[in-house]
Parts: sequence; C-alpha cells; structure tokens
Amino acid sequence: MNDNVFPLGKEELLKAYRTMKTIREFEERLHVDFGRGEIPGFVHLYAGEEAAATGIMMHLDDQDRIASTHRGHGHCIAKGVDIGEMMGEIYGKTTGACRGKGGSMHIADLSKGMMGANGILGAGSPLACGAALAAKTLGHNGIGMSFTGDGASNQGTFLESLNLAAIWNLPMVFVVENNGYAESTSVDYATAVDSYADRAAGFGVPGVIVDGTDFFAVYEAAGEIIRRAREGGGPSLLECKMVRFFGHFEGDAQTYRGEGENEYNRENNDCLKLFRARVTEAGVVDGGELDAIDSEVLAAIDKAVEQAVAAPLPGAADLTTDVYVKY
Amino acid sequence: MARNLSMKDAINEALDQEMSRDPTVIVMGEDIVGGSGSPGEDDAWGGVLGVTKGLHAKHGDRLMDTPLSESAYIGAAVGASTCGLRPVAELMFLDFMGVCFDQIFNQAAKFRYMFGGKAETPVTIRAMVGAGFRAAAQHSQMLTPLFTHIPGLKVVCPSNAYDAKGLLIQSIRDNDPVIFCEHKALYASETDVPEESYTVPFGEANIVREGSDATIVGYGLMVHRASEAAETLAGEGIQCEIVDLRTLSPIDTDSIVESVENTGRLVCVDEANPRCSIASDVAATVSQEAFSSLKAAPQLVTAPHTPVPFSPALEDLYIPSAEAIADAVRKTMAP
Amino acid sequence: MSEANITPVLMPKWGLSMSEGVLVDWLVDEGAEITVGDEIMEVETDKIASAVEAADAGILRRRVGDAGETYPVRALLGVLAPPDVSDDDIDAYIAAYEVPEDEDDDEAAAAAYEFADTAAGRLRYASRGDDGPALVLIHGFGGDLDNWLFNIDALAERARVYAFDLPGHGQSVKAIEDPSLAGLTGALQAFLDTVEVNSAHLVGHSMGAAVAARLACDAPERVQSLTLIGAAGLGPEINADYIDGFVGAESRRELKPVLFNLFADSELVNRSMVDDLLKYKRIDGVQEALSSLATELFPGGTQSAQLTGDIDASGLNTLVIWGSDDAVIPAAHAQALGNASIEIIDGAGHMVQMEKASAVNALILAHIE
Repeated sequence: MNDNVFPLGKEELLKAYRTMKTIREFEERLHVDFGRGEIPGFVHLYAGEEAAATGIMMHLDDQDRIASTHRGHGHCIAKGVDIGEMMGEIYGKTTGACRGKGGSMHIADLSKGMMGANGILGAGSPLACGAALAAKTLGHNGIGMSFTGDGASNQGTFLESLNLAAIWNLPMVFVVENNGYAESTSVDYATAVDSYADRAAGFGVPGVIVDGTDFFAVYEAAGEIIRRAREGGGPSLLECKMVRFFGHFEGDAQTYRGEGENEYNRENNDCLKLFRARVTEAGVVDGGELDAIDSEVLAAIDKAVEQAVAAPLPGAADLTTDVYVKY
Repeated sequence: MARNLSMKDAINEALDQEMSRDPTVIVMGEDIVGGSGSPGEDDAWGGVLGVTKGLHAKHGDRLMDTPLSESAYIGAAVGASTCGLRPVAELMFLDFMGVCFDQIFNQAAKFRYMFGGKAETPVTIRAMVGAGFRAAAQHSQMLTPLFTHIPGLKVVCPSNAYDAKGLLIQSIRDNDPVIFCEHKALYASETDVPEESYTVPFGEANIVREGSDATIVGYGLMVHRASEAAETLAGEGIQCEIVDLRTLSPIDTDSIVESVENTGRLVCVDEANPRCSIASDVAATVSQEAFSSLKAAPQLVTAPHTPVPFSPALEDLYIPSAEAIADAVRKTMAP
Repeated sequence: MSEANITPVLMPKWGLSMSEGVLVDWLVDEGAEITVGDEIMEVETDKIASAVEAADAGILRRRVGDAGETYPVRALLGVLAPPDVSDDDIDAYIAAYEVPEDEDDDEAAAAAYEFADTAAGRLRYASRGDDGPALVLIHGFGGDLDNWLFNIDALAERARVYAFDLPGHGQSVKAIEDPSLAGLTGALQAFLDTVEVNSAHLVGHSMGAAVAARLACDAPERVQSLTLIGAAGLGPEINADYIDGFVGAESRRELKPVLFNLFADSELVNRSMVDDLLKYKRIDGVQEALSSLATELFPGGTQSAQLTGDIDASGLNTLVIWGSDDAVIPAAHAQALGNASIEIIDGAGHMVQMEKASAVNALILAHIE
C-alpha cells in the first residue's frame, strides 16, 4: 500500500465509503420496491448526492443539529440514524424512527441531532438557526446546519435566515444542494444569480462552491466552514453542485430532462465511482476491501427491508397519542 | 403579598420571574427591547406597548430584538425549543401570523406527533389580539380560531391580570407550543395579583359569575362585556352565569356543559368573525353533549363577517356589545 | 329620649378586607324576640357565607335590609327596640342613620395586613386591639390568618391580638426550611421575637394548636395560657382522606368535596372558598410545603406528634374547644388531657371557630381573664 495522501485515515476512508454506499443502496432498493407498489406515500431519493451528505457530516457529532429536506434519507444515514428505523418509518410501521407517524418526509432522530426531514421547503433554515442559537446560548460548541435545494433556496425563510444568522453571529452552516432542478424547474430559470455563494455574500454571509460529486472537495470545504462556525466565526454557506439520479419523487417521469441525461450522470458523475477510483488508484485502499463493504451493505439493507416488512402496523390507539406532551 | 397590578405589568412580571428561575428561558421579538444598534437609549421601547420594558436591564442578552423576519425568528424559536431552550417569542400582532404560520402550524405543532412522540417543542409565542384601538383591519383581529383548529397547538387568552400572569408562567413551563394571546384593550385593566410566582392550569375555565338562568361563555374582552350584560339582566331578574374560558385549546368543555345542564340556556360570545369561531365550536359541542338540557337554541354573539373597520363609529359597531349579549340572553329566555 | 333604646343591627365586618356583603336572607321575622347569639340573618361576602349571630337582645322591630341586596359594612340592616318605642321614632332613626365614616377603616385598610421579616422568613400578620394582654392566633394545615376572620375583632376588644400566616401558608414565605412541628414552632417563636411579644396567650387551631402546645411546653415562660381548638397532637387519629385530598386536589371538582370535611354545614363551602384555596395551592412552593408537612406530621394517615404527656406535665392553664361534628380530628381527642377545661360545641365541625364564632370568642375571652 502506498502512503496515504488523503486528509483522512484509511479507517475513515472506509467509513466514508460505507456511508455513501449505504445511502446509495438504500435509495436503489427503495426505487425498486416503490416501483413494485410496496411503499406507501411518496419518497424522494438522494441517490447520486451521497458525497455531499457524507463529506459534510463526517465533521459533525450528535451535538450538532441538522435540519433536512424532503429528500432526507441521505442526511439521516450520514448523521447516524439507524437504517432499520428508517426503513420501518418508510413502511409506516411501529418500529420506525417516528413510530410510523411521520413517514419518509419526516424522519427524525433528535438523539442524533437530526431535527427531521421536512415536507415544507425552506422550513429547515429557521429551525437550524434556532439550534445554533441554542448551542450559543447553552455554551457548547455545537452548530446548526440546514440543507436546502436550489429551489428552496429561493424561499423567504431561507433568505431571512441568512440575515438572522449573520446579525446574531450564529454558529450556522447553510448547505445548498444544487442539483440543477427544483422538481421539474431548472435552476437557470428559477434563480437570478449564478451562484448561491454570491447570494450569501449579498446577505453578509461568506460562501463557497464545491463539486458535490467530489467527496474530498466537500470534506475539505465543509471542514473549514464548520470549524469557523464552532470557533465563533459566524455563519457560512456551502453550495454543493451535484446531480440526482432519480426524479424529484418516485413516479416522476422526468420528462424535463434532456436526452440521455441520466445515463450520462451515472457514467460520469457517480460520486461512488469517483471515490473508488481515487482511493484505489492512489493505492491507499484495495478494491477488494470496498467490494467487501458492498456485500455487507447490501446484506444490511436486505435485513432492514425484511424487518420493516415483518414489523407491525400501528393500531387505532396510536392514532391519537403524542399530539401533545400533556393536554 | 397581593396588590393591584395591570395585565401589562403582570405579563412583564411573569417573564421576569420565569427568566430569573430558569436560565433556558429567552425572549425575542421585534422591538421588545427597542433601540438595538440605535444611538439613543437602550431598552428604548420595551415592546411596542411597553410590555417588556425593564427586562433587558435585568436579563441582558437573553432578550433579543429581531429583524423584521417573522418566519426566521419564529422558526428559530421553534427550532431552539427542540434543542434545550425555552424561548418566548413575540409575534407583535397575531394578525402577522400570515408571514410565519408555517413555522407554527406545520413545524411546531406537528413535531411531537410526526416524530412519534420523540420531540418536545416548549415554545411560547406571545401575540396581541383584539379590536378597540382604531388600529384597523390588519392589526385588530381575533384570529384565535385559526390556531385552536390545529392539533398540537395550545391557545391561551386571559381576561384579567391575575390569569395573565399565572397562564403565562404556565405557558412557559408547558412543554408544548403555546400561543399566548394578549388583548390590547385589557393591558391597562387591573386585578389583585400575588407577588409570588404561581400558575393557572390549562383547560380550566373560570366561573366569573354564578347564576341559574343562562350561561354566557366567552374569553378575553368579551368576559367584561358579558359581565356588563349580566349586571343589566340582573336588574330584570335574570341571573346569568359567566364562563371565562381562559384557555381555548385545551378547552374546558366539562365546565361549560355542567353550567348549561344547570341553566338550560347558552349564549356564546366571541370577538372573532362568525364562521368557524370559538362560539360556533362551543355551541355545537354543547348541542351534542347537553341537548336534553337546553330550553332554547344556543345563541351566538360574534363580530360580523367583515374585516375590522377603521372609523371609530364602525369599529364600535364591530365589537360585540354588552347590549347585544343581553339581547341574546333575553332571546333564550323568551317563552 | 326613646332613641336611647334603639339598637341597630348592622352589616358585620368579617376580617380585615371585607367592605361589603350580601344580605342573603333573614332568619327571623319582624317582631321576633331576639336573644344574644341567635342566628338572625345569612350574609355572604366574596370570601364566605355565614349566619350572623345577634350581638344584642331585643325585639326586631324593623327589618331594614332586603334579602338579596348588597350593603356596605356597618350599614343599617335592622332595628331592635322595646315595644314602647314608637314606629315614628324608629322611622326617624332609620332615616337619620349614616354608615359611619370609619377613620378606622382607612387605617385598617392600609394596615390590614403587615409583614414581619423574621428568622423563619417573611411572615404576613395582622394585629388588632390596643389594650390587654397579647393573644396570638395560629391557624392550621392549609389555612391562613383569615381562618380567624370571625374572631379577631371580638377578641381585640379585650386583648392585643396577633394572627399570622405560618411559613408555607397564606402570604408568608412559602419555603419551609424545617417542615416539622419543631420547624413551625421555631417560626412561631421567631414571629413573637420580631413583633416583640415576650409572652402571650396562645390560641391554636388544628395543626396550629400543636404548634402552640409545643412552644408552650418548650418555652413556658413565653406562654400565658393555651387554647387548643380542634387540635392536632392529642391523639393518633386524623382523617387521612382529608389530608391527602387537600394536598392532591388539582381542580375545583376535586377540592370542593374535600372541603366539606371542614364544616358541619357543607353549605359554607362556596365557590369563593374553593377558588381562593386553589389559587393558594398554585403558588410556587406551596405544593412542596404541604406535602412535606403532611409527610412529617401525618405519615401513613396517623398523627406523628403526641403532646398530651408534655401538656399535662406543663401545668399550663389550658382550654380545649372542639366541634362535636369534627370530621377531620375526632372530638374524642378533646378528652385526652388530664387537666384542661373542655368545651364541646354542638353542631359544629372542624372549623368551629368560624361556625360558632360567638361561642368560641366568649370561651376564649373568659379563659384569658
């Protein structure tokens, strides 16, 4: 093996790969099962975007809080939410992270600092500012982080939050996941500026753009920004340019895409392929080690699905519980 | 020690005492300190009507002026409440709910349920409600029904200073999101208020006046109008019982039904507009729960189905009057 | 002049904050012969409803007040006069009567309640009366100085009366450092020290009687006589349901039936009484204070303090008063002491000092002579 030229140790490289692979296979499996009509409701898949969630979240611990989007499975997995609980939730079972009462769009695990996927675009930014405010007030060096897409970053909530975080100097990171499409609408149409980093600058918040398919670029940029936030340097924006492999939601015919666009992305913009190539070519990780992880991940997901399918559905008594702590 | 205190001062005292008792209580809102960053006085306003004046001197940075960004700072208060703080955010006028309602009804109200009971959202949102100040259509509404409709929210509206202090302390200590409504026309009203901290429980109405002929149910300013009506009616030999709801969600249905079972007559008074109001809600519930006790159809006395007018002559017609309430009672008494 | 024979029947002043009352109903007709102590009318204030006992004897020549109407304190409600006084003279008397402009009232209103900063914390108290020996009234569990509202003024005619709120009660400090009999006795002592009363006649009710007795035994030089009303400390039995119910009640519905235990006449438990007690229970620290005291003084539903031996041994001049229908502490306990004067009052419950105030006042005044 060659000397490690990467900013992460080998253990961590393998961990990064495992996380990304888990996200990928989780979403691929959902794609298949949803297509067979086995999943209730709606799912919005994160496949293709793994490097962003993973590269960022490796700098966070349970004390840091993230507010996610409707496309939250990747954020959940990268933040450490249990995939068995996630699958249970997607299936609407009592074993789910939210006891079946939230579903895919509202998976949360506050013990892991995951403030929830959110069905309202842009709603997470103020919430994460609140988390940052709490961290600052309570005096621990946790941060708040919100994820918004290229579309949601046009919401008033997002823009107001930039200003609020800046004037209060909150330990806050605004991650813009720019995959080029807000549902079916192109970012070129919907957003007047070419870069969200520029937009942030207009609000007094420094911003950085990275290639979201490059794990290492994300990891490095995120590390810098997060460290600054922790040290009292205030909020920043991290724009990750990326691609999503599937539609906005499962069932989306994706007629807004160009001819061969998905195939091109799978071939050229697959962050997992790019990661594998980099670490094996550098001779730091052996392909076989990654293959072993592939098998383990697939087995873990099989198991998660099996357990979710077998788990009980909530009953009538569960309908009216937990509306309040105490009414 | 007890002494007479205005509702405004009672609210101030509740905030002061809770902030002293619990370091996780923070208070935020537009101009609640006033003068932030400005060259003049610190604590320049203490809130647009002075309700939070003096708190900054005692509690410093735990009071934060906010920019004009309701969805951001109400959302921040909501998010912070799931992360170990106990924020009290002021939405200056409940009429402003339009610009931040998502954070209230889709986020705060639903976290506990959507997350399977694994979240607590102990945020209190204080807001002014009500007409009578000639503040016109966008600053005078009684939008309480919009909030009572939402599962996951609690809605509180005191009618007097004693209840205001106890209910606000209860709201802050409560672990669910609470919308605490302050009727601007009642800020100056005074009652005997203990110096010590105390609570008033949610879901417990107060019987402000006992009587056996008719039950009048109301909240906020309407309790006072109902009391005027009851005095007039007493002179006509009609004894009214007045139920001050105090909290609209949870609502004390048991006390209302108990009263109607005794009197047989119900008048619901509400400063809100008539469609889907608290008044219609109570009337429907009582009709279902105590139909056999009713000697007459329930009467609803509400504002009209209009925005709040500006001209004093019109605004005075808009707010339900004591005479309208008395008329409604007389109607239930008619053979 | 025959006016000298006319005696007014007035709206009474109960306690320190009453300014008006409702004459609920007359209990006697015009022309009736009244003896002192007869119940002649029902009056209700926002705090309490009660029968008014006649302070004077005579023929009720005129009922001036109307049932259901509200009158200020000391308003003329009726006229007593012998038969030889003419109706015209009575009319003239009624027309001329003015509610006295009470200079006393302003002062009383202002200084109705005072606060003493004692070693046991800040205690609320009231004092009335200028002459005579010092007399201190000590309320019971969950009560306050207003429990004595029918007694303070009568006793103040012949004593300098003090009534105070124990720690954890009324408007005194709510935190009780030592929630035990010793702790409360210490508070009584601290109170006496602060108001500079060296020695006093002690009158205690229920738990307050045990406090008075404990101080009398520990520091007899501070106590001139002891009056124990419905007292704790004279036997093991106590109505545990009452104590538990009182401490645990969180709503009007839960508290009201519990309070029925306090009176022979449950009609006396009105909404105002229930609401005032709920407001008290909801003050920060009260729940803790009451629970601690209950655990300490009435563990497992029995009284932990047994003072009969000590009281007997002390040789103190002791009067025991009990309502025959006491549902909280059995009247049988009144017989426990070997050397006391014992008075059981028929038809009264645990709050005998309120239900039969005249009788109790007379007994106390006789005792302290």
